[in-house]
Amino acid sequence: MSVILAATVAAPSALSGGANVIAVGVLLAEFGMFRQALLRDQVRLYAAQSSLISALAIVVAATRHLPDLYVLAFLSFALKAVIVPVVLRRLLRGIGAIGGDPRWSDIAGSHALSVANAVLVAIAVAAFGFFTVAALGIRSPVLPATALSVSVAVILVAFVLMIVRRDVVSQAIGFLSLENGVSLTALVVAAGLPLILEMAFLFDLLVAVVVFGLLIRVHHGRAESMSTADLTSLRG
Amino acid sequence: MHAVMILILALPLATAVICLRAPLAAARTLTALTGVASFGLVLALVPTTAHGDIAYLRLLRVDAVSAVFLLATGFLYGAIAVYSIGYLSGGHGGGAPTRYSRRFWVGLNLFAWAMLVAPMMSNLALLWVAVEITTVVSALLVAIEDSDGAAEAAWKYVLLASAGLGLALLATIFAYYAGTHVLGQSYDLGFTQLLAVAGRLPHAVVELAFVLAVLGYGTKMGLVPVHTWLPDAHSEAPTPVSALLSGSLLAISFYAILRYYQVAAAALGSTFPRNVLLAFGIASLLLAALYLFGQRDIKRLLAYSSVEHMGILAIGVSFGAPAALAGVFLHVLAHAAAKGSAFMGAGVLVRKLGTKRIASIRGGLDLLPWSGPLFLAAIFALGAMPPFGLFRSEFEIVAGGLRSGRYAAAAFLIIAVTVAFFGLAASASRMLMLPSPSAAQTVPVPEPESEPVPVAAGAAPPERNAPPAPAAAGPTAERVVRVVRGEPSAWMVAPVAAGMLALLLLGLHPPADLTDLFTRAVALLNPGAR
Repeated sequence: MSVILAATVAAPSALSGGANVIAVGVLLAEFGMFRQALLRDQVRLYAAQSSLISALAIVVAATRHLPDLYVLAFLSFALKAVIVPVVLRRLLRGIGAIGGDPRWSDIAGSHALSVANAVLVAIAVAAFGFFTVAALGIRSPVLPATALSVSVAVILVAFVLMIVRRDVVSQAIGFLSLENGVSLTALVVAAGLPLILEMAFLFDLLVAVVVFGLLIRVHHGRAESMSTADLTSLRG
Repeated sequence: MHAVMILILALPLATAVICLRAPLAAARTLTALTGVASFGLVLALVPTTAHGDIAYLRLLRVDAVSAVFLLATGFLYGAIAVYSIGYLSGGHGGGAPTRYSRRFWVGLNLFAWAMLVAPMMSNLALLWVAVEITTVVSALLVAIEDSDGAAEAAWKYVLLASAGLGLALLATIFAYYAGTHVLGQSYDLGFTQLLAVAGRLPHAVVELAFVLAVLGYGTKMGLVPVHTWLPDAHSEAPTPVSALLSGSLLAISFYAILRYYQVAAAALGSTFPRNVLLAFGIASLLLAALYLFGQRDIKRLLAYSSVEHMGILAIGVSFGAPAALAGVFLHVLAHAAAKGSAFMGAGVLVRKLGTKRIASIRGGLDLLPWSGPLFLAAIFALGAMPPFGLFRSEFEIVAGGLRSGRYAAAAFLIIAVTVAFFGLAASASRMLMLPSPSAAQTVPVPEPESEPVPVAAGAAPPERNAPPAPAAAGPTAERVVRVVRGEPSAWMVAPVAAGMLALLLLGLHPPADLTDLFTRAVALLNPGAR
């Protein structure tokens, strides 16, 4: 392993630079979700974010000679950038949130905070995560430590997204992008994770998406909207 | 023994698949048989695991610690499967609708299956996958009730629990990363592997993984402050599901935390992980004990009691003395039996009176010749009254705490448990002992339980002592399946009685195999008894 570590130190900055750029791209996509008013665009952003992570997996696979990661990149792309967005869009179309009734396609008003304030909070939280993880001094033989810090920032921002959004689809997408953040972390510090385990994670994600979809339908069937504003009857 | 493990994995899954298509009567018989058979299979594992671990195919592994949790799940699976026969017959207007029943049976078996799989996984990643599957299946089971409350509870549950499990996944990744320093870039993440090299793992990463695991799995276990989904889901789910959630699902999440505790204690020494658990445990116990006062919903009351008991478990582990740890394992079993029985008993009360509101449930002891006293006994058991199992387990935990010098925490535990008992007993005695008003007896029984019947609310001057007998003679009561001395269904009594018998057995004289199992589990958790 020390050989690999030495290689990291001597590695051309093209790799670390490229990896960091992709990681930051993932974080920007996460921030972009605050801004997106249309559910359809949120799903698109999620697909883009997932594609970025698959791209990073290919970069790691090529430069670190981990052939398993090619398979993972492909599977993860197929699931997160194609299947999940398609499932989500069909679901949204099925209940009229895309293409149908315009009331439901615009969810800009679903913030508990205004967009600007939410983004400010998210920046603060992201900075906290970024610097805290950097202070832990976790080194990865595969990718630069900066990418790890960025991935933790993505996870924390996903939490903010889930908290400030007030509609079920955005909250579900918040959870999915949280999982993207964890995938990014896994690429940095656990690139050697056996493929079979990664596939188990992906399968699990698929099951979770289906259940989220079913529950969104249940919610929509009862509340006639995507808003979570009415979910306040259970207290104490 | 390998065959037994395979059967435990295969039977519930096969039953779930068969329930998709089979006639409902067959589905329900098969589920009950599978539940009881699973418990028998788990029992068969006990003598072996009390003396050694069983591993199979690098994927499955049962040791004494997992056997304890398998026992809790297996017992509840059997009891609930039988109870559900009574629950579904007549509960929804003389026979539940077919769609509902079919979903219920399939979901119940899948849920139990996922909970039996989790403790048998040899590896932290698959453990996470299994726990996540328990989440999604149980979320669907919570949403099965066709009501606003159920939809709300299910959404909150799936979102909060999944977010928590996102953190647990991060913990898994960091645990993997910690192992790469010793085991190389690619390995299985088996916890025996990690445990074997624990002394050489980097400290900062293990600390991070442990805290994330406690926070993540703690969300599902119901540790304060990440417990907020729990009372909602427990109160809105169908009663059999509530019992499984409370007695088994929370314990499975605790099991996951214990695995991380094992690794963390071996890598860092036990001080850090114990302090983390102590903080969460005290917060949970304190808040839950206070919340038990003034609850208006019988199932929420029991849900907060679960938070309380999860706090006790966390505190018990933080004491670390062998006596306390043995108490913790006994507590897991006894809590499963007691909370399962209490929820099942509460389900009978809710069925009988058509409401979950504590203020509207009166005269339980008069109306229900069997379930009333059994429910009362279950409440006393939850309050750690002798001679039930929880008394023995909490006694051991406190004794262990005193022995390891944690006087303040032990004293706090005693006080908080007493407070919680008063909260629980006050509500329970009002529901059971205050005379039943005649208004409550004309309440149409077969209403879906999630919709409280307003007539019964408050229209009940408690001093009016109405004769209880006519309750069973009302026009609606005839639609209830065969009334056995005022009981809605014998299927709903027998499992509660079994639970109370199990509690008596655990409290008075735990079988030798079981104590061996606890001793071995304690040795695994606490190598060298520090």
